[in-house]
Amino acid sequence: MSIRFYLPKDAASLALGADRVARALTRAAAARGLDATLVRTGSRGMLWLEPMLEVETPEGRIAYGPVRPGDIESLLDAGLAEGGAHRLRIGRPEDQSYFARQQRLTFGRCGVIDPASVEDYRAHGGYRGLEAALAAGPAGTVEAVKASGLRGRGGAGFPTGIKWNTVMLAQAEQKYVVCNADEGDSGTFADRMLMEGDPLTLIEGMTIAAVAVGATRGYIYCRSEYPHAFAALEIAIAAAERAGYLGANVMGSGHAFHLEVRLGAGAYICGEETSLLESLEGKRGLVRAKPPIPALKGLFGQPTLVNNVLSFAAVPWIMEHGGPAYAAYGMGRSLGTLPIQLAGNVKRGGLIETAFGLTLREVIEDFGGGTASGRPLRAVQVGGPLGAYFPESLLDTPLDYEAFAAKKGLLGHGGIVVFDDTVDLARQARFAFEFCVAESCGKCTPCRIGAVRGLETIDKVLAGESPRENLALVTDLCEVMTDGSLCAMGGLTPVPVMSALTHFPEDFSGRGAKLPLAAE
Amino acid sequence: MSGRDLGRVSGYESWDAERAAGIIAGHAHREGATLPILHALQETFGYVDTAAVPLIAEALNLSRAEVHGCLTFYHDFRKEPAGRHTVKLCRAEACQAVGADALHEDVLRRYDVAWHGTTRDGQVTVEPVFCLGLCACGPAALVDGEPVGRLDLDTLADALTERAA
Repeated sequence: MSIRFYLPKDAASLALGADRVARALTRAAAARGLDATLVRTGSRGMLWLEPMLEVETPEGRIAYGPVRPGDIESLLDAGLAEGGAHRLRIGRPEDQSYFARQQRLTFGRCGVIDPASVEDYRAHGGYRGLEAALAAGPAGTVEAVKASGLRGRGGAGFPTGIKWNTVMLAQAEQKYVVCNADEGDSGTFADRMLMEGDPLTLIEGMTIAAVAVGATRGYIYCRSEYPHAFAALEIAIAAAERAGYLGANVMGSGHAFHLEVRLGAGAYICGEETSLLESLEGKRGLVRAKPPIPALKGLFGQPTLVNNVLSFAAVPWIMEHGGPAYAAYGMGRSLGTLPIQLAGNVKRGGLIETAFGLTLREVIEDFGGGTASGRPLRAVQVGGPLGAYFPESLLDTPLDYEAFAAKKGLLGHGGIVVFDDTVDLARQARFAFEFCVAESCGKCTPCRIGAVRGLETIDKVLAGESPRENLALVTDLCEVMTDGSLCAMGGLTPVPVMSALTHFPEDFSGRGAKLPLAAE
Repeated sequence: MSGRDLGRVSGYESWDAERAAGIIAGHAHREGATLPILHALQETFGYVDTAAVPLIAEALNLSRAEVHGCLTFYHDFRKEPAGRHTVKLCRAEACQAVGADALHEDVLRRYDVAWHGTTRDGQVTVEPVFCLGLCACGPAALVDGEPVGRLDLDTLADALTERAA
């Protein structure tokens, strides 16, 4: 019988040499006359073990990692094909505590299946959600999403079912379903991993949405920084079309749904839903004032359902298992699971999908194993570049939208970035302004000019120029940006700045004439 | 050297208005075609020549100002040719947490280049990028579109050598 090997082609795995490992394995297997097949999958999310090679055995898939090309010969000598003993042998991925402690509802297939194969997807439960949705009808589908308690996983946490209901009830000739795949937040990579490792889950979720709200056209707006995700989506869409899951007659239901993936062009602001719509329309990504909300007047002025990758991708599971089953996970009003992304200066970085409610400390210490540098942890930024810097004393905050808001932070897209004690929080605050200068769309004054003035003023503080007066000015400016900006870019840039000032004041006082790094 | 490479060493075609018009016509029927067109032009020529602006405007029934606004708004689009290889270095926080800032200073010094600049021999263009989604294996980069993790000066040099081979 043919030996089946599995190796990710997830971008993080590629970044650590997966393609070189694949070439070495293919070459060595051929030289030894082995009858072997290599399936390229997504990643299981234990990124410190990548490239992680798996082999199918009677005991299940046995993993080895991190594998370098030079390890292949010794692995084969050790009986890799039968799951033999080797210093890189990990065992079954599912038995790893990092993995076993997770609740993988959305990411259940990621790293397991061939992302380009509809057949493989179906063999692992794919398209059962769409079948259930077609049976339930639009109103029944929207009810199930409402009952699940699913909130938008893009950051704002708006109840998904309510949004779907609004678009469903809107009257129009043409409605759209748009996926916001412009995940630009530092520390987040769940969208990328899902799009590369299990794109059909996203496609199925969007198809369910289209049927529910009565949309016949859909777009996935994928950021250009993710070229591999873009390619994986194009392949998966074509495969779904060929199999009759997209196109003029979805699964023979009479519903039409045409889906296309569009490439962004390096503008962070296009992750804001109205900017994204402008960009899809072929314009500069300038934020629109709301109302009108996109659900009523979105793409090309038509009712448009805009959701994040993870929101759509949660839906197939919800439709297959029912809304209440999903709502059984989580805490408070944060129901279901959150794909947590653990990154930065951490020993075991990766993707962890669990119910809401774990504390930051549990994630960083139990899963992450502390800092990669071995130095003490000093700060954690959660929720991307617009998220707060938390000190060690706030690590017991549970991952829950409301709990984070209570500590003046935001959970956002669930990205956790760990910093050790070498971090300079005044410099991080400076970077928040610098980022806003580079990425503001420029439409509203508080964001466009506030960021520039903020950067100048922080530089004065860094140079030791009247720090007290200039910090007062920064605080004042942050208030104006928070209250007066049109969207979250200007409105939330003060969050990292003020959290740095509040929790790490010692980094801002007593600065000498030290000059900031020349950035641009 | 293949015919496609005759115009420039980088493997891109030389700017050609007729060729550009053909590319534009191929996408003009799409909803909101501006970005797909700009991407297709850059993929072919390595940059978007400003001479393309009136061609796009005419094909999409837009004003030149609208097209120019779009071309200049997005960080991806280049208005002049880049070097033979493009290195996009991640400047976002997760990479900063593992020493990206210091590494970038070293890279810029080693290759004697500024952000967005090209080395004197025309080999390498260095661009900043905010997050490649490789946050658990930083510092990260894209070298000619291929991801590189745990980047240092040596792995960058290796990646460039590998691309050149």
